[in-house]
Amino acid sequence: MSTTVTATSEAPVFYEVDEHPHPEGHSTALGFWIYLMSDCLIFAILFATFGVLGGNYAAGPGPRDLFDLNLVALNTTMLLLSSITYGFAMLAMDKERVKATQVWLVITAVFGLAFLSIELYEFHHMIHEGAGPQRSAFLSAFFTLVGTHGLHVTFGIIWLVTLLVQVQKRGLITANKRRLMCLSMFWHFLDVVWIGVFTFVYLLGMLR
Amino acid sequence: MTESPIVVPNFFFGRFNLEAIPYHEPILVMTFIGVAIGGAAVLGALTYFRLWGYLWREWFTSVDHKKIGIMYMVLGLIMFLRGFADAIMMRLQQALAFGGSEGYLPAHHYDQVFSAHGVIMIFFAAMPFVTGLMNYVVPLQIGARDVSFPFLNNFSFWMTVSGAALVMTSLFVGEFAQTGWLAYPPLSGIAYSPYVGVDYYIWALQIAGVGTTLSGINLICTIVKMRAPGMDMMKMPVFTWTSLCTNVLIVASFPILTATLALLTADRYIGTNFFTNDLGGNPMMYVNLIWIWGHPEVYILILPAFGIFSEVTSTFSGKKLFGYTSMVYATVVITILSYLVWLHHFFTMGSGASVNSFFGITTMIISIPTGAKMFNWLFTMYRGRIRFELPMMYTVAFMLIFVIGGMTGVMLAVPPADFVLHNSLFLIAHFHNVIIGGVVFGVFAGIAFWWPKAFGFKLDPFWGKMSFWFWVVGFFFAFMPLYVLGLMGVTRRLRVFDDPSLHIWFIIAAFGAVLIACGIGSFIIQIAVSILRRDKLRDTTGDPWNARTLEWATSSPPPDYNFAFTPVVHDADAWWDMKQRGYVRPLSGFKPIHMPKNSGTGPILAGISFVLGFALIWYIWWLAAVSFVALLAVAIHHTFNYNRDFDIPAEDVVRTEEERTRLLAAQVNA
Repeated sequence: MSTTVTATSEAPVFYEVDEHPHPEGHSTALGFWIYLMSDCLIFAILFATFGVLGGNYAAGPGPRDLFDLNLVALNTTMLLLSSITYGFAMLAMDKERVKATQVWLVITAVFGLAFLSIELYEFHHMIHEGAGPQRSAFLSAFFTLVGTHGLHVTFGIIWLVTLLVQVQKRGLITANKRRLMCLSMFWHFLDVVWIGVFTFVYLLGMLR
Repeated sequence: MTESPIVVPNFFFGRFNLEAIPYHEPILVMTFIGVAIGGAAVLGALTYFRLWGYLWREWFTSVDHKKIGIMYMVLGLIMFLRGFADAIMMRLQQALAFGGSEGYLPAHHYDQVFSAHGVIMIFFAAMPFVTGLMNYVVPLQIGARDVSFPFLNNFSFWMTVSGAALVMTSLFVGEFAQTGWLAYPPLSGIAYSPYVGVDYYIWALQIAGVGTTLSGINLICTIVKMRAPGMDMMKMPVFTWTSLCTNVLIVASFPILTATLALLTADRYIGTNFFTNDLGGNPMMYVNLIWIWGHPEVYILILPAFGIFSEVTSTFSGKKLFGYTSMVYATVVITILSYLVWLHHFFTMGSGASVNSFFGITTMIISIPTGAKMFNWLFTMYRGRIRFELPMMYTVAFMLIFVIGGMTGVMLAVPPADFVLHNSLFLIAHFHNVIIGGVVFGVFAGIAFWWPKAFGFKLDPFWGKMSFWFWVVGFFFAFMPLYVLGLMGVTRRLRVFDDPSLHIWFIIAAFGAVLIACGIGSFIIQIAVSILRRDKLRDTTGDPWNARTLEWATSSPPPDYNFAFTPVVHDADAWWDMKQRGYVRPLSGFKPIHMPKNSGTGPILAGISFVLGFALIWYIWWLAAVSFVALLAVAIHHTFNYNRDFDIPAEDVVRTEEERTRLLAAQVNA
């Protein structure tokens, strides 16, 4: 505020003469964080619902009859690996390496798809055995919680493909870097939620 | 049609068929004819005067927070009229249905009317009103040029419109929910509400809820990131503070509504068992979840009103607000406590004495910060030079009425008393007492206060005072009888009555509703008269009330860029401080100003969302799939547009500011 017009010398400064407009995307990180927290609340409600209704088997199958921990471990590995590869994509982005960024993003998407495929296989298997979401409140809560997470991963992959195209078209410009950063937060957030699902739904379910 | 048809869905039309059009209900047919004629007249006029292009370019696609704010207010007013039409129909039904009379509304219709009344008034009247005021005022109060995410703001608005349009569609196509405004299961489950009513409810709220959540995120970012230099948190105007807390509440509660309604949707569409009576479902889970959203929701509505009353009281008392710091802390405490009281809506659930005591006590504790606010306003008025302009009159009426409502609220917070009063008309009287006295009067005070800022002329005082007195007197006539009836044990949502001794109270209440109708009529006349007489009511200073905060530092209406130079703030009452310490308006040195571009994507996305909602309601699966893909495609296409800003050239700024200089000079010479 070096050049400022004031009425008299002792009068305080009431406006800025030198414009410094807010840079593009100045609020995006904060806004996206708040969005993630609101999304986190949706998962909180689904977890709470699972917590309340998760023991209501209605004389149907329970977790021990249904869950295959080996499969879940494999699935968890896929998702965790996808988070690591996304991290590599961000490192490549920081070094301005367009090709490497894209390659890591593609690998991330492949791990994401593997995760989804295994999840769909698990769902299909359970429904085939007569343990669909309609069978009991426990299964309603299970399918909704895990399925909502899966839907998020699906949208994450659609978003990732969109960004791949945009990076291809425009390179690693500021706007694209900001978008990759947002997707990164989203992707890691889904990882954190999955840790919760893995722990509370699958592991504790087996102890139930 | 006395009850919902059961339809076997076909591929092309889902479960939609001609039976869905309620042509055998004369009331609805007459309403439809009225709406059709009125709608045709409006559309015809718009076409005749070639206004479509203007509206689309200057309003519908605008990302200017001021225009979006005004559009929210228009939406709120239209939906308020619809919600009030429902209210007066209920009052008439209850006044008639005595002595063996069935009244004039069949149960199937009456149940839709009371459900629609609650849903519309909360989601599509009160919410747009407070969101509109926050949208208009907050960026101006913090010295910003727009919100953090201007496109998102436009999108949020249109999603709210889309939800409102779905509710309105339910009037003439199918039916609305017959479940009450919160659609408790198992009644709202597929077993007891098999037709489209509850589905209209769900999808209207889900679509509008997207808009509300995003607008909450947007305003939080705006307040946190875009305040003028010098405005630290404890120098923010109180309305900005209450808006911040409101938007925190929105972001921290609307996702709960989204998730809860999604679970109900799963029960209805997939056949899950979250809230059913069998296979392990638990309907009380829904009631808990919906009130974990629902209680913060009432504070989402009242906190901005508290902010408006604070600005009005200090402006029209000519004094700094008494106890600014305590006002801020009271607001924050209310924000937090609003999450710890939800169970008081259903003490009768049977959760036991300990749980009920906890929630009873937390509820009573909320009256402490609220009481502190009340005393702050009183002490602000104490020894002030009070000007009883319309906003101040509403503030005084609010203080009187809200204290009554607050006290009956504390009565309901006592679990043993609540067991008697639960779901009675006493409860209805209580919450109308606080919502009308608080939110509605707050909105009217805000409209009267900021109208000259938005349009450059004041509202006509005579018709404003007519409206005020009709509202205040009408309120007492309409709702005090309900307290009496509630204490006598009359429950809510009844359609016919046996006991003739109750009749007189319902007649008094209906009379009160007529007075309120006169109040609403006067309000509309006030706006019409003010527009006709705008040259006489013109204000060229930009500061007609000798007010205190930054929105009054710029012209009325403000230019697109709000402030030619970003203000620097030294005091909570920044504009008052500037006036006291010899601020001189800059006349030269203008530079180009960077602003966001308009975008048509918001209305397009909202339009597709409407089609998607409609298809899901009617089980038209192919249309749902098509519109969902279209929604994704348009959204993704929008992200390929990187060119979203432009510069207002310096010459335009110079021209606008010179015009203001000329007006201000004319003011001095006159």
